[in-house]
Amino acid sequence: MEDMLFYDRMQFAFTITFHYLFPQLTMGLSLMIVYFKGKFLYSKLEKYNDAAKFWMKIFALNFAMGVVTGIPMEFQFGTNWAKFSELTGGIIGQTLAMEGMFSFFLESSFLGLFLFGEKLLGHKLHFLTGFLVFLGSWASGYLIIATHSWMQYPVGYEILENGKFVLNNFGALFSNPWLLPSYLHNQAASIVTSSFVVAAIGAFYLLNNKHNEFGKLFVKTGVVFGLISSLLVAFPTGDLAAKNVVKHQPATFAAMEGVFETEEGGSEIVLIGQPNMLEKKLDNKVAVPNILSFLTYQKWDAQIKGLNEFDESVHPTNVPGLYYAYHIMVGLGTIFIGLMLLAAVQLFRKKLFKTKWILWSLMFMLPFPYIANTTGWYTAELGRQPWLVYNLLRTADGASPTVSSGNTLFTLLGFIGLYLLLGLLFLMLAGKIINKGPQLNQH
Amino acid sequence: MELFWYIVLMTMLAVYVILDGYDFGAGIIHLFFAKKEKDKKAITNAIGPFWDANEVWLIAAGGVLFFAFPTLYASSFSGFYLPLIMILWLLIFRAIGLELRGQIHNSIWQSIWDKAFGISSLLLALFFGVALGNVVRGVNLGGVVNGVSTHEAHYFFLPLWNPTFSPQAEQLGIIDWFTLLLGIIGVVALTIHGANWIIFKTNSDLNEKLKRVVFRLNIVLLALVVISLLVWHIIEPQPFHNFLNTPWLWIFPIITFTGIFGLFKVKTFKKHGLGFLFSSLFLFGGLTSTVASIFPKLLPSTNAINPDLTVYNVAAHEYGLSVGVYWFAIAVVLVAAYMVIQYRVFKGKMDDVGYGEH
Repeated sequence: MEDMLFYDRMQFAFTITFHYLFPQLTMGLSLMIVYFKGKFLYSKLEKYNDAAKFWMKIFALNFAMGVVTGIPMEFQFGTNWAKFSELTGGIIGQTLAMEGMFSFFLESSFLGLFLFGEKLLGHKLHFLTGFLVFLGSWASGYLIIATHSWMQYPVGYEILENGKFVLNNFGALFSNPWLLPSYLHNQAASIVTSSFVVAAIGAFYLLNNKHNEFGKLFVKTGVVFGLISSLLVAFPTGDLAAKNVVKHQPATFAAMEGVFETEEGGSEIVLIGQPNMLEKKLDNKVAVPNILSFLTYQKWDAQIKGLNEFDESVHPTNVPGLYYAYHIMVGLGTIFIGLMLLAAVQLFRKKLFKTKWILWSLMFMLPFPYIANTTGWYTAELGRQPWLVYNLLRTADGASPTVSSGNTLFTLLGFIGLYLLLGLLFLMLAGKIINKGPQLNQH
Repeated sequence: MELFWYIVLMTMLAVYVILDGYDFGAGIIHLFFAKKEKDKKAITNAIGPFWDANEVWLIAAGGVLFFAFPTLYASSFSGFYLPLIMILWLLIFRAIGLELRGQIHNSIWQSIWDKAFGISSLLLALFFGVALGNVVRGVNLGGVVNGVSTHEAHYFFLPLWNPTFSPQAEQLGIIDWFTLLLGIIGVVALTIHGANWIIFKTNSDLNEKLKRVVFRLNIVLLALVVISLLVWHIIEPQPFHNFLNTPWLWIFPIITFTGIFGLFKVKTFKKHGLGFLFSSLFLFGGLTSTVASIFPKLLPSTNAINPDLTVYNVAAHEYGLSVGVYWFAIAVVLVAAYMVIQYRVFKGKMDDVGYGEH
């Protein structure tokens, strides 16, 4: 049994981690392409249309990867988490079915028109199809996070005698207090990814002394979008999301922050340190006094309950994993704000395109928003463990009863092999498109 | 309420089979009949802007199954674990084959992805037919061995095959001679359907040849359908039971045979869309007749101990099903509007769309 659960969890973790590399760029980049296309309609400057066309090529490739790795996600609720699906399908099935009906049809119908219809539609309608693709991808994110929020903070349900969860208030799924902060936090983070990607490719062109006009446009656009979105990720969205955790999952919050002991007179914020689960403390800790209390409750001496005060049964399953995921996310988020601030200052002083070290930093920063997004999701997911539905349904009780670990290991290995191939192909083809660069005035 | 969602689900599945069916069929034609680069281009252009939206019908139908019949979703997806995961892999290969072939102009690169696209289309057509066969035949619910259930009454697990390949064995497999027969019907029917779509949407040189292919395969299809009807009683002793009790259901078999017989006139059709219409009728009729014959069962039990899964014992709770009608009604109107827009913009022949060229 233990083995079976382990492979089910590994397969879900692996396939969702790989999948989400693509939608985060889809959601952020669709907004930026709509911006480029809109700017073209407004200014009539051909370079904005060419910029939109260039990013559409990356977008098309990225979107296809998101679609093919997304289909297994919906299947896996049934294949590997049958008990979970059976017991909660009447509720999470609502939001997941709505995702299919409201967002996938919208995205896929207009993606074809967006990618191949410019000549047929004219620029204004073409802009509209781009906007609809953007809308579809953001609606998809909304419905997924509505589902996720219900698992974190179940609302609008009752539990029947046979253990089934049934919906008794549809509206509650969408007025869930967990939903809006998480959604905005996630969407801002997806714009961070696309901003860094756009800025990194721009920096690559400038440093290469190729496609300079586009290099400047991409760096400038990436820095402006990047600064705004990095700030929004931290405040107010990240702050609000964290306050939900404090309020509804206090043990998770203590583990995330690495607070083992309750401290009188206010808690320090941990910057560095390794959780020592044998002695229930942090090793070689670097911390700043009282900041955590202030950030959480706006009072320097507010008390934060340490993990050791909670009963072991409510501790998150993997405390070090949760702690690291959260600290990597926050650390990277802070670095993003710092770098984007510096770049914005240089941009304002009209020196950015000549400040080589910032361009190099922007270029090398490309993978890190992906890491930050991934660890952010790990924080949310590990924070909820050992529960599938917080406090109500344990992960161990949600797996498929008849699928043996041997079968799951086989399919997990299959997914690993197939996704390795997909990842290599994506990098190779994206690299080819980037190396070729945007084409001036192509028709 | 269950009945409403049952009709919705079956309609969505039928739409999926008709729409993505022509994509699979086009893939099979691509594999066996398209030799010249020009023909291959015509085929990918004909499905290019549509296949992604067509595939969404599968996801959306899956979503409706999950939401309206969660117990069936949980039971069947875990029970058919291996073939479902393989279907996912094939869908991935097929999609990347289509999307990536045009990215690099190199003959080896292109022929690799052509084959990936064609072979996965062929296997998917086969698997979907086999899947239908499994649903009609039923499964060993509760995993009964020697008269004792080894799982909860509504769960099961099927290996890919058992050594006897018999649909009557106690321990069944996914593939036996009956399900394989339906799989082959699936391949033949979708090949015809895909050819009709290509004839409809392109001016390819291939079209005259494809009309002959449709005609010949249609003879094979008719023969296979007749054989399957003759052997059907082996897996279901009273296959016409529902039809005898509810005569209006005969409309579905009539639609099926209208489709098949209509296609024998393929060579004389003036309108290019007519062949596609007839093969759509066949697919719609075939699928609906099959599910109507086992209604209200959704997944029959092959043992006497555990009950069949039916429309009434796997559905979600009443409130959720009722509230779903509201958003679903809005969504259907939107989806219909998207489809009208999409098919109007890409109306007529598709030879010049330039799909997958960069």
